[in-house]
Amino acid sequence: MPREDYETVIGLEVHCELSTKTKIFCSCPTEFGGEPNTHCCPICMAMPGTLPVLNEKVVEYAVKAGLATNCKIAQNSKNDRKNYFYPDLPKAYQISQYDMPLCYEGKVEIDAENGEKKTIRITRIHIEEDAGKLNHDEYGRGSFVDLNRAGVPLIEVVSEPDLRSAEEAESYLRKLKAIFEYIQVSDCKMQEGSLRADVNVSVRKKGTTEFGTRTEMKNMNSFRSIVRAIKYEADRQIEEIENGNKITQETLRWDDISGKTFPMRDKEDAQDYRYFPDPDLVAIKLSDEYIENIKKELPELPEIKKARYIKDFELSEKAANFVTSSKYYSDIFDVATEKSNNPKAVSNWLMSDIARILNEKEEEADKIPFTGEDLGELVQLIDKGTISNSIGKKVLDELFENPKSPSKIIEEKGWVQISDEGAIKEVVLRIIENNPQSVADYKAGKDKAVGFLVGQAMKETKGKANPQMLNQMFIEELKK
Amino acid sequence: MQINDEEVLHIAKLARLKLKDDELENYKKNLQEILDFADTINHVNTDNIGETIGINENYNVFRKDEIHQENNREELLKNAPSQDEGMFRIPKVIN
Repeated sequence: MPREDYETVIGLEVHCELSTKTKIFCSCPTEFGGEPNTHCCPICMAMPGTLPVLNEKVVEYAVKAGLATNCKIAQNSKNDRKNYFYPDLPKAYQISQYDMPLCYEGKVEIDAENGEKKTIRITRIHIEEDAGKLNHDEYGRGSFVDLNRAGVPLIEVVSEPDLRSAEEAESYLRKLKAIFEYIQVSDCKMQEGSLRADVNVSVRKKGTTEFGTRTEMKNMNSFRSIVRAIKYEADRQIEEIENGNKITQETLRWDDISGKTFPMRDKEDAQDYRYFPDPDLVAIKLSDEYIENIKKELPELPEIKKARYIKDFELSEKAANFVTSSKYYSDIFDVATEKSNNPKAVSNWLMSDIARILNEKEEEADKIPFTGEDLGELVQLIDKGTISNSIGKKVLDELFENPKSPSKIIEEKGWVQISDEGAIKEVVLRIIENNPQSVADYKAGKDKAVGFLVGQAMKETKGKANPQMLNQMFIEELKK
Repeated sequence: MQINDEEVLHIAKLARLKLKDDELENYKKNLQEILDFADTINHVNTDNIGETIGINENYNVFRKDEIHQENNREELLKNAPSQDEGMFRIPKVIN
């Protein structure tokens, strides 16, 4: 049976670190990095006799996330213990939520590959604590436990198995990321692990309704690996089935270097978390009023912002989609547009050159090192004719490497556009003298020859000559 | 509810305990006593009693999101059997 006769079924469990100042059950800072074990106290280190107290912001942020993803909010909720042994989990249980999550039955809309909208159902969103970090050294002296991350609050967003391709999974994850950035419950920095996903993949013959046996890949933290891993795993499962084998339900490890998945856990070690209500914590009861107040405070969500950009700034659907795909983009867009009054130019820079550079660096929008103010100034400098578009691109490269105000960059680099008529004329005459063939071509009716001459002049002036002036002057001179 | 050998061994495995053959019976008996004790609650008449969450009627005990950093790593690591560069050193964990 050919590959096309199968479909892939994907469900995601997305873990997202909340950007509260302190941990979920103690007052230690959540800040990323820091010397090992300096963001710790007896509570997050699980010293005997300590007691957890829930951070009120964690509940608020999780409810915000639930409302922004169209979830119902549970008025009664509680925390449960999930028991397992691992050295990054000092209590030997993780405080999580089992049967009474804070949020349930939500949905988000994604753009499917056929250009249509598709609804992805969210099963639930619950709150839990993150684990610590294990470090290993090369000499095999052991492993080293850093508990700075232990107790950092997380929300886990569980989707229904509604996703049908790696692209849809990426699109869904990007949508969640954008929403959580907009409502400012998480910085969603994948490189720092503040957004990561467990990916469940199964395959089945098209037209059947029963699900195939699924495998799970844990802790994936880049879009690229997620897409590659889903594709690889779906192909692997189809091949197994085609060869008459059965798929084993298991946890796999994705290896980015070999581009393959490997079984992770001992199969005998079946998971048995023995969830039970945490007796150290009390019930969470949320009033209608509490939920309503959070609803009122929700900021403009990406979908609404997109519609507004299309209406107010006449951006294309594609441009508006792109600019609102991350809060980091739209914040830059807002400031740069305010400054330059040229929304189309700003969106073009974001969509083309800025996205390309990030892509080359394999980085996301949160890594843009310059401000919206800087981009606005760059657009202004081009609009005023101080620099050409091609110098603009060089300024942008510089903004990525060594961010400072674009006017300062062009001053320091001597990139101010030559708009002095005398200086330009000098260049034009010299180029005409050195390119008799192009001159002859032009005179023979090939208008395109001007383009070549302008190109030569730009080359000679290292892109600094005003291209409109060059064009005009070449035509004038050639007509003489 | 009756507990069997298999379940005792499963629980021991989850707890990372190695049971000797002669220990099995003893643990089984102890666990059975605990289960029987807990079973008492199944016989309480709960008609007309509303559902409760948690072990008491208290709810919404929250903390403000304010940092109190103690910065006493030395103290926190003091009882660790082995430490290195400010971290707990443990036997190598194979991924």
